Amino acid sequence: MQIAPPDFDRVFAALADRTRRDIVRRAIGAEEGVLELAGHYPMSFAAVQKHVAVLERAGLVTKERVGRRKVVRTNLEALLVARRLLDRYEELWRARIDRMNELLAETADAVDTPERKESNR
Amino acid sequence: MTVTAVRKDPQRLTLTVEAEFGASVDRVWQLWADPRQLERWWGPPTYPATFTKHDLAPGRRVEYRMTGPAGDQHHGYWDVLEVEPPRRILFRDGFANADGTPNTDMPITTIRVGIEEVARGRTRMSIESVFPSTEAMEQVLAMGTDEGLTQAVGQIDAILAAETIPR
Repeated sequence: MQIAPPDFDRVFAALADRTRRDIVRRAIGAEEGVLELAGHYPMSFAAVQKHVAVLERAGLVTKERVGRRKVVRTNLEALLVARRLLDRYEELWRARIDRMNELLAETADAVDTPERKESNR
Repeated sequence: MTVTAVRKDPQRLTLTVEAEFGASVDRVWQLWADPRQLERWWGPPTYPATFTKHDLAPGRRVEYRMTGPAGDQHHGYWDVLEVEPPRRILFRDGFANADGTPNTDMPITTIRVGIEEVARGRTRMSIESVFPSTEAMEQVLAMGTDEGLTQAVGQIDAILAAETIPR
């Protein structure tokens, strides 16, 4: 089972920051440019610009020309990458839980009389 | 089916899995508290885990290694944050170097385990994983080396691939 999109690592890192996650959320509608986005956060325009650049490199957002303006748009495809990672984690835990279940079934007799468990050996 | 619910939050990189077992709370707790039982389920049959240190108390550490079919070894550790037997564990699961020291280049997963009785002999276990911690990723970003990150994720991929049982 191989799921390794090329920019997987960057997507991962880019989403680890709260401001960037918020930018991704706001940019789904693709209505604002970097200047307008910067108005939402208590930080400098340059700082927001940096965050957008990180998101851009991760392929999470693109800048698009709309008339004379440039707006930031979220790339929903890239968000799916994060979901696929979580899918894989789900598989991991499902497999672990299956093994837990087998282990519990194996020792089912010992559950009723826990004291016996040690002396059985 | 034992797994009763799965919740995913891609934005917070959080996965919650809930499962129910036909066993008592104490019995389910033993799956975590007894290293010999933990070894039976933590790693897949192809990458069995060996727990070399298992001190399930706040501030203490659990250490393990997983051995692959080619004899390849992957080391990991838990930093135990909170423990409330037999109901709750909170720990950070990280990667370690061969000598057991934490590999600080690698992302850390925070795992919250909850165990509760739903009926007599019926127990619900919930596992919330936050992957990875913001600090870990920020640290990697601050280093500014995409190379290190790529390598780290490559290793995670290898381990995850090994842990995934194809259906």
